[in-house]
Amino acid sequence: MPDSFAAGFSQDAHTEAHNPALLHHFAQPQQQRDAASLGMWVFLATEVMFFGGMFCAYLIYRLWYFGDFAAASKTLNAGLGATNTAVLICSSLTVVLAVWAAQTARRTLLIASLILTMILGLAFLGIKSIEYKDKFEEHHVPGASFSFDREPIPGHPGQYANPRHAQIFFSLYFIMTGLHALHMIIGLGIFLWLLIMAWQGRFTPEYHTPVEIGGLYWHFVDIIWIYLFPLLYLIDRHP
Amino acid sequence: MSAPSKSSPLKMYFSIWVALLVGTYVTYRVASIDLQPFNAAIALTIATIKATLVALFFMHVKGASEKLTKLVVIAALFFLALLLGLTMSDYATRLWS
Repeated sequence: MPDSFAAGFSQDAHTEAHNPALLHHFAQPQQQRDAASLGMWVFLATEVMFFGGMFCAYLIYRLWYFGDFAAASKTLNAGLGATNTAVLICSSLTVVLAVWAAQTARRTLLIASLILTMILGLAFLGIKSIEYKDKFEEHHVPGASFSFDREPIPGHPGQYANPRHAQIFFSLYFIMTGLHALHMIIGLGIFLWLLIMAWQGRFTPEYHTPVEIGGLYWHFVDIIWIYLFPLLYLIDRHP
Repeated sequence: MSAPSKSSPLKMYFSIWVALLVGTYVTYRVASIDLQPFNAAIALTIATIKATLVALFFMHVKGASEKLTKLVVIAALFFLALLLGLTMSDYATRLWS
């Protein structure tokens, strides 16, 4: 009995042994792929809670100090913010193209898509740094040199924003966009690694899980920005 | 996470991309029109539609072979709703008494 059991077992193992990417503790490549993808999704669930805490703090203070938040939001460059949203959406397209190229064994398209994604990611960070530079020059960075005097509250002529409340807005702005930018930098590292792997020809239609789950991460960072853009830049924009 | 259909999904990817760009443009333009509280409602509705499109089609939640993926997504949204819902129900009702 144990002999036939062992024989059947080793035969099963043998049929899958030809795939070098299959780790020994998984039965099939599909199971291995699903496990890796599930792991990334669970990580993204923790990221939802991580950013969720900051969105929650933002919501509370926005309810309390709506006028001050609107005045502070109006000093942000909404044009650059919208441009960055478009840049990230384009990078999400190139990520999806990279995954498709890996699935269909198109090596040139895979490498081109990965490089394009990184260029778009760098463009995002470049535009963000221009915005940060402007905020530093305007003394809108929370701290000792913070200044927000006589900034009108939109829709309330003759009323000016409370600098202390505006400083809370800018604290949230720098923490939320800063942590988002940190995620972008980590994403660029992941994509550099994917690019090196793709260059070495490590991805095949049977094995391209890193491209897939790296893509999941990138799309998630895109989704965070999709919410950050209207919440931070467009509180009360109308003239 | 295997591709659900045999045909090329490129057309779908590019349509989603165009929809996302249009959504961004609409969000940006609508913000300059005075709609009182509806400004935020419209902006967040469009953002949620965009996020759903990215999750369903770019992150392949739609057509995922693994049901656990959908469970994790729903669990994450559920706990986010708990976090925001319970906190805001406190702050929004403090002036009632």
